[in-house]
Amino acid sequence: MASSGTILQAHDLACVRGERPVFRGVSFALEPGGALVLRGPNGSGKSSLLRILAGYLHPVNGMVAWGGENMREAPDAHRARTHYVGHLEAVKPALTVTEHLAFWARAKGFSQAAEGILAALDLKELADVPGRFLSAGQKRRLSLTRLLASPAELWLLDEPSITLDVESARRLETMLAGHRKQGGMTVVATHTKIALPEAKTINMASHAVPAQALLGAMQKELGELDYGKW
Amino acid sequence: MVTAFFNLVGRDLRLALRGGMGSLVAVVFFVITVALFPLGIGPESALLERVAPGVLWVCALLATMLSLGRMFDEDYIDGSLEITALGPLPLEAVVLAKVLGHWLTTGLPLMIAAPVLAVLLNMSTEGFAVLMVSLLLGTPILSLIGSVGAALTVGLRRGGVLISLLVLPLYVPVLIFGVGAVEGAIFGLGASANLLILAGGLLVALAFTPWASAAALRMALE
Amino acid sequence: MAKRKKKTSIGIHFFANPARFLRFARKIFPWVTALAIVCIVVGLVLGLAVAPADFRQGDAYRIIFIHVPSSWMALMIYVIIAVASAAGFIWRHPLADLVAKSSAPIGACFTFLSLVTGSLWGEPMWGTWWVWDARVTSMLVLFFLYLGYIALNSAYDDPTKGARASAILALVGIVNIPIVKFSVDWWNTLHQPATLSKFDRPSMDSSMIAPLLLMAVGFIAFYLVVLIINLRSEIAARRIRNLRLAQAEN
Repeated sequence: MASSGTILQAHDLACVRGERPVFRGVSFALEPGGALVLRGPNGSGKSSLLRILAGYLHPVNGMVAWGGENMREAPDAHRARTHYVGHLEAVKPALTVTEHLAFWARAKGFSQAAEGILAALDLKELADVPGRFLSAGQKRRLSLTRLLASPAELWLLDEPSITLDVESARRLETMLAGHRKQGGMTVVATHTKIALPEAKTINMASHAVPAQALLGAMQKELGELDYGKW
Repeated sequence: MVTAFFNLVGRDLRLALRGGMGSLVAVVFFVITVALFPLGIGPESALLERVAPGVLWVCALLATMLSLGRMFDEDYIDGSLEITALGPLPLEAVVLAKVLGHWLTTGLPLMIAAPVLAVLLNMSTEGFAVLMVSLLLGTPILSLIGSVGAALTVGLRRGGVLISLLVLPLYVPVLIFGVGAVEGAIFGLGASANLLILAGGLLVALAFTPWASAAALRMALE
Repeated sequence: MAKRKKKTSIGIHFFANPARFLRFARKIFPWVTALAIVCIVVGLVLGLAVAPADFRQGDAYRIIFIHVPSSWMALMIYVIIAVASAAGFIWRHPLADLVAKSSAPIGACFTFLSLVTGSLWGEPMWGTWWVWDARVTSMLVLFFLYLGYIALNSAYDDPTKGARASAILALVGIVNIPIVKFSVDWWNTLHQPATLSKFDRPSMDSSMIAPLLLMAVGFIAFYLVVLIINLRSEIAARRIRNLRLAQAEN
């Protein structure tokens, strides 16, 4: 699926949310079939890094390159090759499971969803059930099926196995393995154990910006200014 | 890309249809508020006839404004918006698709209901056709400008009330020319000048507002 | 190989220019304050006491020495906000966002002052406290634009997002202002009441121009004074926020 030599690279990424620096100095490289696991406490920037890779958020330093080309210079191509599954399930109460899949496939520009996806996450019996009747676990499984509804080389997953039972988590691992076997890449942020053989790992906590460093910088700049003198 | 565009509009329409009475809220509000005026200012025909164009337009405007909140909020909150944002459509086109869906479920029904309500207000029949045309041109402008307000307040706690404050000053010109057209037709002064201005306004809004709304949505999607 | 983004060290980028600005502001602050006081006092004296009474409106017209400069300021500040918003968007300069945010309440007050003084002027002339003529109505719409801007800015918990959202609003609004003015003029000519004539500008006697200009300059200086004060407190507030964040982390 992916041409050989297509590599995802991140150089020295730094991220700021609002006025708060979240992380800095994040770099990695992935080849076709590669996987990257993001670990770290809440607030360490796992979600932010995934959103940078998806293109929703812009890093304050550094860049992401696909095949040597800066991701920001070809945003249409990047959107076309990326799937992002975050905390939100995007399940509408009034649409059936099948209708969700059709919508998601068409939202990516494909006229219909791929065949036989529902079986991958054991949703076949629920094909005509509207979203309002699905349990939390079923909604999460449904939101994961959009990874299969249309092809994309890069899968970005933010805590995908939350609310999944053991059986479903295993099915997810099968999906990921299949995807990587075809040359796809994946970046997963997770607290739990997901079997991803030969995956690289980044611990986001080691890239945090210590508060003291920030304050020190501030002090140096504003230094001798005394607000009392006004 | 065309698939994706009409996919979005189609889904919004389907959701509106399946949502039952909820999606007709704008028209019902329109009817109620127009009906309040005779109750408030008295049933004297001449008075009602005089205020009819203004009342109809103001109530249509308020009804549109009421329904702006749902343009982006639901998709943003449940995560559908971030999926659509990763599709082939540029975010500006996504905005246009949402505006079209909004107009089809709000502006268009208002336009159809207006002549019926004009009868309630004893409006002169010379104004009926222009009333519909002015709403046909004006309500899309309201949806377009409204999309900016909706995008700027998406996900905010008190977004609903805030949208009104943001959007009303921007609605003033549309109101003026819309009513001006209808009154022009009624008093025999000709409506074409006002209608042409509205048409021009629609083109300007089409060109300008998707940029602003998309910028606001991008900010929200971070 | 793809271009790399220029390195910026985290944290410095937020404070470097505001610090330079604060030093500059401290230098000019006493001068601008003096300019404001002198111009406004002299302008008021000339306008209220020295300039001759208008033969038609008597002494009541003197309120234009406050009303007209206020209207100018109301519009000028909105333009400044729009320009600062555009600058903030293009260059992401943190000071641009702060200037826009700090100017808005000042602009809103000038707009309110314009409306009130316009009303006070109208009453002796036409016997009503409110007049729906084109200029006053446009000012009213401008007032709502200001209120919306301020409300949007404060609705966001994250000040950076609040600044960007209100920047978009300001830019949309600035396009709208000439449209509103045009439409309200049109509306006014359609609905011109028989008893009211348009605002009759008193023919400008040369003795009236001087106080008017003095008041205008004085108001601009006053705006700068308040702006500097507001900016200072915004920067201090940001510093406090960061200290609190650091505290929370430790």
